[in-house]
Amino acid sequence: MNYKFNWALIFSGEYGRWFIDGLSVTLQLSGLSIILALLLGTLLTTMRISRVKPLVWLSVGYIEFFRNTPLVVQIFFWYFGSDPLLPEFFKEWLYRQNIEFATGVIALSTYTAAFIAEELRSGILSIPKTQLEASRATGLTFLQAMGYVILPQAFRIIIPPLISQFLNLIKNSSLAMTIGVMELTYMARQVEAHTFHGFEAFTVSTLMYLSLSLLVSLAINQYNKRCLHVRSR
Amino acid sequence: MDAFVTWFVGLFSNWGVVWKNFDYLLFGAYPQGPLGGLAMSIIMAVIGIFGAFWIGLAVGLMRLSKRPWLSWPALVYIEIVRGTPLLMVIFWFYFFAPILMGRSVPETESAIAAFIVFTGAYVAEIVRAGVLAIPKGQTEAARGSGLSHTQTMIHVILPQALRNMIPSFVNQFVSLTKDTSLAMIINVNELTLSARHIYTRTMKAPMEIFLAIALLYFVICWVLTAFSRKLERSMSRYQARTNGK
Repeated sequence: MNYKFNWALIFSGEYGRWFIDGLSVTLQLSGLSIILALLLGTLLTTMRISRVKPLVWLSVGYIEFFRNTPLVVQIFFWYFGSDPLLPEFFKEWLYRQNIEFATGVIALSTYTAAFIAEELRSGILSIPKTQLEASRATGLTFLQAMGYVILPQAFRIIIPPLISQFLNLIKNSSLAMTIGVMELTYMARQVEAHTFHGFEAFTVSTLMYLSLSLLVSLAINQYNKRCLHVRSR
Repeated sequence: MDAFVTWFVGLFSNWGVVWKNFDYLLFGAYPQGPLGGLAMSIIMAVIGIFGAFWIGLAVGLMRLSKRPWLSWPALVYIEIVRGTPLLMVIFWFYFFAPILMGRSVPETESAIAAFIVFTGAYVAEIVRAGVLAIPKGQTEAARGSGLSHTQTMIHVILPQALRNMIPSFVNQFVSLTKDTSLAMIINVNELTLSARHIYTRTMKAPMEIFLAIALLYFVICWVLTAFSRKLERSMSRYQARTNGK
């Protein structure tokens, strides 16, 4: 093994800046995607538990398809192949944005939404059915009962699994590098290519991912302890 | 309306590209050239899950041990791997396997090693959960009848725990099958890279090509997921129960 470590090089000059830029793109990508994924996931779950058959089929089909295909393939599909499917006005809007970043957000949020929908559904199923029946009996419509009675309780239960979905999302956002989004993994590769010091570059980026995930697991444990009174481990 | 019809017909007019290259998607250039495509993905997933099973079993049991010198390394390994994106793990193996081994390592081998190490951490968590789910009375009864700790593990706990874990293993295999698509980043010619090859060569029908491979992945993963759900349902009848349930 003849490899000379040079840690100073990684932090000197522009390279340190690259890592920070990459980290910030990773956070923007995951932050924006988790919001969209939550909205889409809630919509999918509502469709899934409604009694309207076509909506249920649509939602089940979506969830099964997005969960059982690789994210990279989905990213490529959106980036290279979605052109014939998108309406004209949306394309025009999309091409005015940063197209790689926008594609990354679309792919990550549609993918994560399928997982969030499943978490939400199990959260809702854990709320006793009588809650829905009682709220319907007091005169709320289905949507009102969902919005005011069921979902607030379900969200409380599923916050820990949702946070770990967010963690998965942060890790999955590394795949956006395949279409050239300059996030953390992409930047690590750039630094490696410029300095030939791969060990240092990958150590720094791995540590950044690790500290993000440690922070998130700490948050889950704190939430469990404080709000659900569950002892961890 | 006419525009809509043209658009709709257009959606179905390019599938010939996929059909013409379908054998490349399934087997790569094999038998004239190296194996690739779906066959490569499945081979990597199978070898990967096999390796990951043994690592996961060992690490999962270490994690459960009361001796800190066994449980701490296991905990560190699990937490590091689970906090790192798979892409990062693949790069680690791609760049450092040659340095460590002192020879050039084929990309496929680096990728498989990365899959084994990555999936091993997740399997370890499955093993831990599986063993913890066996009621404590089983261990107590086994120890009470004179078996040692190791004997209890091997003859009483693990046979039950491993059987209960089968559905989770199948799910992990499904994840791994999807994850093999990441090997394309270091130029392993598996299904996703084969699709990109076809697209770069023809510069036609990207939607059709990527939808087609998505369907290929979907069929495999969905069939396996359905199988694991069925197993889960049929097995829950034979579980050893905890008191009062």
